[in-house]
Amino acid sequence: MTKDKITNDSFKTQEYFVNMGPQHPATHGVLRLILTIDGEIIKNIEPDLGYIHRSIEKMCERDSYQQIVHLTDRMDYLSSHINNHAVCLTVEKSLELEVTDRVKVIRTIIDELTRIASHTLWWGVMGMDVGALTTYFLAFRDREMINDIFEETCGARLTMNYNIPGGLMNDIHPNFIKRVKEFLVHFRKKLPEYDSLLTNNVIFQKRTKGVGILSYKDAISYGVSGPVARGSGYSSDVRKIHSYAAYDKVNFDEVLFTEGDTLSRYKVRIAEMWESMKIIEQLIDNIPEGDISVPTKAVIKLPKGEFYQKVETARGELGVYINSTGTKNPYRMKFRSPGLSNLNALNQMVVGGKIGDLVATMASLDIVVPDIDR
Amino acid sequence: MSYFKDIYKGIKTLLTGMSITGKYFLNARKGALTQEYPDNRDTLKMFDRFRGEVIMPHDENNEHRCTGCQKCEIACPNGSIEIIWDRQIDPETGKKKKMIDQHIYHLGMCTMCSLCIQACPTDAIKWGQNFENSVYDRSYLTKVLNKSGSKVKAGVED
Repeated sequence: MTKDKITNDSFKTQEYFVNMGPQHPATHGVLRLILTIDGEIIKNIEPDLGYIHRSIEKMCERDSYQQIVHLTDRMDYLSSHINNHAVCLTVEKSLELEVTDRVKVIRTIIDELTRIASHTLWWGVMGMDVGALTTYFLAFRDREMINDIFEETCGARLTMNYNIPGGLMNDIHPNFIKRVKEFLVHFRKKLPEYDSLLTNNVIFQKRTKGVGILSYKDAISYGVSGPVARGSGYSSDVRKIHSYAAYDKVNFDEVLFTEGDTLSRYKVRIAEMWESMKIIEQLIDNIPEGDISVPTKAVIKLPKGEFYQKVETARGELGVYINSTGTKNPYRMKFRSPGLSNLNALNQMVVGGKIGDLVATMASLDIVVPDIDR
Repeated sequence: MSYFKDIYKGIKTLLTGMSITGKYFLNARKGALTQEYPDNRDTLKMFDRFRGEVIMPHDENNEHRCTGCQKCEIACPNGSIEIIWDRQIDPETGKKKKMIDQHIYHLGMCTMCSLCIQACPTDAIKWGQNFENSVYDRSYLTKVLNKSGSKVKAGVED
């Protein structure tokens, strides 16, 4: 045996499998990724779901339309208000029920507060994933103020269940407007800190710039939505395109970045927080008077047929599909969750890159596993 | 040249970040939202609408407002409320009337969705502010909301 032969054999590389998760802190929940890697280069990614499946869609077939709403809190728990809003909009659409302007405006304000709360938490976790622990504490400080607003008005901090078909469960708390204004003043001062602490940091930029690129074409073909799609330049904001609630009355810009890398997805979310604040500021001073709910029957029976409504959650487009046979329960209920389509595109983004980049890319997708795995 | 530029930029942004961190380090308690929970139990007050657990208020005569209409039981999405009722003779009118025997509330199953409280026509149940619900055995989480020997307040009809 020659010396050359030994060297070639012992340095021959081969692909191997690594399980990332289901209890890996960087997967934000119980997501298991089966990585096929060659050295440190990723060859393929296969997400394995099912660890937190609670059969919410099947449970909806058992429940009445009022009871369905509280289950959707448990899907995408960071934008629970928006999920509730989506179900209520679908039921109202099918009943041809027009809610009052007051309800529309309050729902919009609370949706945008939810979006800010979700994005602040994402920002903290994103920083933590790329190695900056301070971001987590700063983000939670700001999120805490929104949680207090929710707790005072709705009674809960995470699973609020504030919307009901036909309106809202109870009126806003007398302190609500004051507290929201306080928060806006506070957050306008603190959001530039996010930029100087993390966005402009050289280490962070090197970790994210040009990493995990999703092209415009792929963004469309994978059906991604929300900040992931807008980071690739694909205009997909449901609030603009298929306006609902009070979004047609306010001025805001759809944030678009065309690079398609992790940094541009990051920048979309930071800019969206500014836009959300803009929306709240336009609405908070002129909440119209009116009833907080339109009376519905105690047992809601939807007419026979299929109904679909989509909303923009903090993660993207959430669609609610109800197939009704005219009884008090839906025959079939389907949620088109933004997380699942966004996770599908992960393979496209990270193949050929390094494992370290995978964590940064996944953080930029803002994955909430209970939303993917209902 | 760009190598030195990178070093300069790197140090500059690091210092910017460090200055923010340092600012918060020096003003640690200023504007902090942290509550030192077990120590502030005496002064801690939850918000009025806070959903801790379902309670049934009783007045000084040991009377509640629950008529046993079971609307909360129907509204509950996961069967947290069970009502055992009976027909008893009303002492005033002499007629048989539906009355609750036990209003059983499974706190361990409750998702705090507030649908029962919305459904109640007589405001018999409402949210309590207690949130310290940890117990050693889950059977303690099954509670009977009406006190023993209590009866419906006169004049409460659904």
